[in-house]
Amino acid sequence: MTLMEIHEPGETPLPHAGEGSLAVGIDLGTTNSVVAIARDGKPAALHDETGKALVPSVVAYPAVGGVMVGDAARLLMTREPRNVVASVKRLMGRGAADLHAVAGVLPYEVEPGSGETDMVKLRIGGKARSPVEISAEILKALRQRAEAALEKPVERAVITVPAYFDDAARTATRDAARVAGLEVLRLVNEPTAAALAYGLDKGAEGLYAVYDLGGGTFDFSLLRLEKGVFQVLATGGDTALGGDDFDRAIAERLLAERKKDGLADTVDEGAVKTALALGRQMKEQLSDREQTSGRLELLGVPSFHALGRADFEAMIASYVARTIDIARHVLADAGMKAGEIHGVVLVGGSTRVPLVRAKVAELIGKPPLIDIDPDEVVALGAALQAEALTGGSDTLLLDVTPLSLGLETMGGLVEKIVPRNTPIPVQLAQEFTTYQDGQSAMAIHVVQGEREMVTDCRSLARFELLGIPPMTAGAARIRVTFAVDADGLLTVSAEERTTGVAQRIEVKPSYGLSHEDMADMLYDSLEHAEDDMTRRLLTEARVEAERGLLALDGALAKDGGLLSADERAELDAARLRLQTAANGENRDEITAAAEALETLSKPFAERRMDRGIREALSGLSVADLEGRVGRD
Amino acid sequence: MDHFARLGLPAALDLEPASLDRAYFALQRQWHPDRFVAKPAAERAKASAEAAALNDAYRTLKDPLSRAVYLAELSGVELPGDGKTIDDPELLMEAMEAREELHDAESIQTVDALAAKVRNDMKASLDGLGSLFLAGDKPAIRKALLRLRYLDKFAEEARARRMNIERSTA
Repeated sequence: MTLMEIHEPGETPLPHAGEGSLAVGIDLGTTNSVVAIARDGKPAALHDETGKALVPSVVAYPAVGGVMVGDAARLLMTREPRNVVASVKRLMGRGAADLHAVAGVLPYEVEPGSGETDMVKLRIGGKARSPVEISAEILKALRQRAEAALEKPVERAVITVPAYFDDAARTATRDAARVAGLEVLRLVNEPTAAALAYGLDKGAEGLYAVYDLGGGTFDFSLLRLEKGVFQVLATGGDTALGGDDFDRAIAERLLAERKKDGLADTVDEGAVKTALALGRQMKEQLSDREQTSGRLELLGVPSFHALGRADFEAMIASYVARTIDIARHVLADAGMKAGEIHGVVLVGGSTRVPLVRAKVAELIGKPPLIDIDPDEVVALGAALQAEALTGGSDTLLLDVTPLSLGLETMGGLVEKIVPRNTPIPVQLAQEFTTYQDGQSAMAIHVVQGEREMVTDCRSLARFELLGIPPMTAGAARIRVTFAVDADGLLTVSAEERTTGVAQRIEVKPSYGLSHEDMADMLYDSLEHAEDDMTRRLLTEARVEAERGLLALDGALAKDGGLLSADERAELDAARLRLQTAANGENRDEITAAAEALETLSKPFAERRMDRGIREALSGLSVADLEGRVGRD
Repeated sequence: MDHFARLGLPAALDLEPASLDRAYFALQRQWHPDRFVAKPAAERAKASAEAAALNDAYRTLKDPLSRAVYLAELSGVELPGDGKTIDDPELLMEAMEAREELHDAESIQTVDALAAKVRNDMKASLDGLGSLFLAGDKPAIRKALLRLRYLDKFAEEARARRMNIERSTA
């Protein structure tokens, strides 16, 4: 590990000294946070007086008053559990509707916000506090640490967020910074920041991967590093997979061993927490040695346990295999092969586990990069970007959207407007039309996710475009625009374009995806890809069939008299065949029946057109006709 | 401004990935919002719009099929929207048979063989597009692109099928 020294203030000329305040990089983590500064392209994490860079992301509101952050707050956890918050990052931007996803996971009382779109609040220290204000306390503490170390005011920061953070969580992070008196120069995705640290500090060039395995989340990103350009090619992950799973595997083993030895434990929350703590300790020890042992005492009854590395590796093999599986899918998304990767950057404490390193090395055929501390690399990258944004540099960071964004269309299908891994900022539009004659409104439903059916995706926002002038089905042109800015924030707008009178509605999703939802959605999309495709094709065929039937029924009602009885009977039979097929599950049958009906109804359509023209011409002057054409 | 012009590239089917990247990076260096952090709001908005347009252009031109479809549209070839019914009976027949074959495939090897065949088919078809564009044969371009679009979709279906077999045998 090569950490840069921090020079004494005054010893080195500060590049931004003239501006009076400095810009730092902050990794605001679920478990730990780090603040760093870069000068002249050299980043360094800022330490406390004991030399520690990591600040536990724990906030306490002690009974005696005041606020504590970090190690001091963590010490209070067992004594005043109701006054201490950990892992608040999991609640950033989460609304009342998301509560079910976290119930039972968090050790503190959670209550829904006041309005439907309000973020949840935590009852801590006898007061309801929002995740934003709690996160702001962590940011304030980091800011103070930076100001103490640098002896300069710190007012601006680049803050990192997980690549999978959705719109609401990003907005909440920005708000927390504002509360802490920090201007956010840019929100940067964590894996991208890690790549920046290697690219700028270590001069890495070529195709790189970032393998980020934290306590509870996994991210895998592919980037191209070239002459100061950092281009994210693809990203993927699982936000419910991490080192906590390893701890749990060991804890379960320990409790099972006690049971086998005839110890009748009541496995309550306290027992699980104690076993988990020992599990974590044994896991960490097995990173450096082949064999470890531990003493577990529950309700005054001790037991002794031994664990070998091989045994531990067998216990966690399936978790590690899943990360490799996801990495392979990200590679496939980018159209790359594992052998083309120049290096893998490891991020997150869980990458210290030897099996993880071995499997990553096996995937790409070379040892992973570990010369920057995996706990600090994200903050160091953020610091470099902060310097680049304020001091001006030639570095170019091109990031992407992690999840597809789309709209609900007929039959509950999702029409993807911004596919995942699209470079940002981006503005993409698509035109939609009306389904029924005289339709005056259109419901716009914005969703996020990879699945083909709306019910399998996450709903972000709904609004209605009103005042569409009466037109025949399919004549209106409604343009829906999705804009994602450089911070990954989405804006949706819609307008009707045929009349020239543009209606415009802007929608900002107020809160959205939970971490766990996102993980499920991504994994589901891999598992259900084939079913989804079949389902989509079937639904499309059905919608087309319905459209054809609707049009035919209208024509028959109006001009049925143009048909002979035989022709009518034939057409009715074909109509019934299509109706029956559309109710069934066979897509090819529907397509075939639709084709047959179309062929059969062709002469009818021609006759209708002839009659229409004759009717239109009778009794009309040329001037009338021109007027009519002009209006169409 | 069309996507080719925006990137300062000739509107052609053949495009070196490296020269596309070069043009894109150079313009993003100029317009990326990161360059405008401290600038007035109006300048920031302009940069953001330029960067977004560049990303759209880059994304459209990077993939050979999407580039061909875009070039065809510029040349006045009208293509139905994605997901609409195939109006070429010959292609419809081919698609139905191929899908049946894929559906019946039980082993990864069979799926891989089908996918490889489609890949070769796509490559040959893309290579043949150039002369169609030169000749300005719009109906033939349209026919070829509809077929390519179907092949692309089939390749995706094959990937999904492969994943499913992998999962069920794992």
